[in-house]
Amino acid sequence: MKLAIASGKGGTGKTTVATNLAWVAASEGRRVVYLDCDVEEPNGHLFLNPEISSSAPAVRLHPLVDEAKCTHCGLCGEICQYSAIVCIGDKVLVHPELCHACGGCALVCRPGAIAEAPRKTGKLEVGAAGPIQFVQGVLNVGEAMSAPLIRQVKTAAPEAEFVIVDSPPGTSCPVIESIKGTEFVLLVTEPTPFGLNDLKLAVEVVRALKLPLAVCINRAGLGGEETQEYCRHQGFEVLAEIPDDRRVAEAYSRGMLACEAVPEFRAQMEALLARLGEFSPDSPMTTPREARQ
Amino acid sequence: MSDLVTIQPPGGKPVKELAVISGKGGTGKTSMVAAFAALAQSIVLADCDVDAADLHIVLEPRVLRSEPFIGGKRARIRPDECAACGKCKENCRFEAVLLDGPGNDFVAKTYRVDPLACEGCGVCAFICPVKAIEFGPVVNGEWFISATRFGPMVHAKLGIAAENSGKLVSTVRSNAKQIAEERGMDLVLIDGSPGIGCPVIASVTGADLVLVVTEPTPSGLHDLERVAALTRHFRIPTLVCVNKWDLNPEVCQRIEASARQMGLGLAGKVRYDPGVTEAQIRRKTVIEYQRDGCATDIRAVWANIEARLQTRTPALGNDAEALMRGEYILKVNHGERAAGVKRRLPWT
Repeated sequence: MKLAIASGKGGTGKTTVATNLAWVAASEGRRVVYLDCDVEEPNGHLFLNPEISSSAPAVRLHPLVDEAKCTHCGLCGEICQYSAIVCIGDKVLVHPELCHACGGCALVCRPGAIAEAPRKTGKLEVGAAGPIQFVQGVLNVGEAMSAPLIRQVKTAAPEAEFVIVDSPPGTSCPVIESIKGTEFVLLVTEPTPFGLNDLKLAVEVVRALKLPLAVCINRAGLGGEETQEYCRHQGFEVLAEIPDDRRVAEAYSRGMLACEAVPEFRAQMEALLARLGEFSPDSPMTTPREARQ
Repeated sequence: MSDLVTIQPPGGKPVKELAVISGKGGTGKTSMVAAFAALAQSIVLADCDVDAADLHIVLEPRVLRSEPFIGGKRARIRPDECAACGKCKENCRFEAVLLDGPGNDFVAKTYRVDPLACEGCGVCAFICPVKAIEFGPVVNGEWFISATRFGPMVHAKLGIAAENSGKLVSTVRSNAKQIAEERGMDLVLIDGSPGIGCPVIASVTGADLVLVVTEPTPSGLHDLERVAALTRHFRIPTLVCVNKWDLNPEVCQRIEASARQMGLGLAGKVRYDPGVTEAQIRRKTVIEYQRDGCATDIRAVWANIEARLQTRTPALGNDAEALMRGEYILKVNHGERAAGVKRRLPWT
C-alpha cells in the first residue's frame, strides 16, 4: 500500500503519525519505506535517526545563454511564463530560482544559443532506520520551488509492501505533488476550529485528485465534537482518535518516537495500522470511498 | 532615537511590515497574530497563509470587496482539433499531457491536459502543429478586503490544488500596504505560512521585521535554523518567540542559545496555556478571552516587537525604485545622538 499522510494545517501530527506508523509496521516484520516529502522542513529524520547511505545533490535544469550565438530576438523572454529569462535590449538576464525547467526557451531559440544546465537546488538522501527504508529531500534555503524535489524523492523510493509518504502542510502544489500517485490518504487533524477549517480544505485537495481518504484525529478531547460530526456527515471513516496526552508531547519534545515511550500510543498506532489494512487495494474488504460521498 | 534616517512617502508616515512565520507548522503563528491584532493600535492585517488561511476564524472579517485572482495560465487541448500527433506530450516536462481525451473525426483518442499537473509553461501550445491548444489565464483564487474589529484585513483563498501561491501572497501584501498608506496606519501585520518555499519568501521579502514563532521541540529548533537562514539570505532583521516554552524548558534554552548564535533577537517566551484553544473555540483572541496566563506573556512579546519596530530604519525593499525616482522625501532626524551623524544611504 502507498499511503500519504497529509493535513491542511501544520503541526497536527503528520510526522508523529507517519514515523510511528512506520515503526509499528516494521516491528510487525513488514517491509516499510518512509518518504519525507516535506522537503522545506523535513523532520522525520529527527525521530527515526536513519543512517544515510547515499546523499546526492538534487539538481534542476536552467538556461545558459551563449551570448556569441544570441541574436536578441527576444523569443525566449516571450515564451517564459515565469520571468526566469528576460530580454532587455541586447541583454538576456536569467533568474535561475524562478525557472520551472519547462525547456521552452531552449525550444524557441532558433540560433541554438540556449543550453540547459543543471543547478543544485537541494539534496536527496537515502538510508535506513533499522528495518525502515528512509528517503528524504532537503531543499536549499532560498529556493522557492519544492515540487520538483518532492518528485525526485518519490522516484527514489524503493519498492516495498508499505510506502508511507509524509507530506508537507497546506493545499497547494507541494501537497499535490506528494499525494499524487499514492493509493490512500490519511488526513491528520486536531479537533479545533483551525484544524477543522484546514481539514475541509485538505479534503477538497484529495477529492480533486480522486483518491480515497480517511481521517485521524490527533489530540482528541482538545476542542469540541465538530470535527467528528463533520466526518460523520461526510461519510469519512475516523480511523483513530488519539487522546491529547502530555507524555506524547514530551516524547516528541525529546526527539523520541512516542511508540517507544508511551505504550498506549503504541497500541493506538497498531490499531490504526490494522484499520488501514482494510483499505489496502490488495484487501478484499476495500470499498471505494467515492461511492459513499 | 537611534533612527537617524527615516523615509517618508509624500503626505504620510512610513508604513512598516512585520511578518510572522514559523518554519514548522502549528507552532501558534495565527493565534499569536490574532493576539497582536488585539494589542496593536493602528494596523492592517494581511493573512498571507493563502493555502490554509485561519485568521478569519478568530477575526470574523466582514468582506467589503472581493476580487478574482489570476495566478497564471493553463493549457487546454480542443478535442475536435487535436490530431493526436503527440508533440505536446513529448515536450511537456510535467507529465501533464495524457492520451485520454475523446476521439474526433480523425483519431480515436485525443490528448488532454491534466489541469492539476499543468504548470502553465505554454510549451505545448507553442509546439502544437495544428494549433489545437488554447493557452490563457485562469482564475485560481480570490482575495478580499475586509473590516474586522481590529482594523482592515486583506486575505485570500487560493483555489484548491492551485499554483502561484507566491503571487497571491504578493497581491495580499501590496493591497494591505496600500490601505495602510492611504489611511495613515503604522503597520502591516503579516500572518505567514509554514515552510521556507515560495509563499514564505513572498511573505518576508522586503519586510521590516520577521518574527519566528517556534516551539521547544527538536523539530521546532531544526526548522528555526532553516527559516533563520532564509531571513538571513534576504537580510531581514529577525526576532524569535518560543511558544509553549514550558513544555520543555531545556530545549527552550537550547533554542534561545542557538537564536543568539545565529544573530537573532529574542522577543520572549510564551507559556503553554489551554486558554489559547478555548479562546479559538469561542472565536476570540486570547487577549480578549483572558487577562492572565499566556496573555501576559504575549503582551510582553508585543511590547518588545513594538520597541524593535520603532528603532529600525524601514527596509528599502520594493520602494527602492520609487526612492531613486525621488518620489520620497528624505528626512534626517537628529535624535539623541549628536546632530550631523548621518547613516550612509545605500544609493549614495
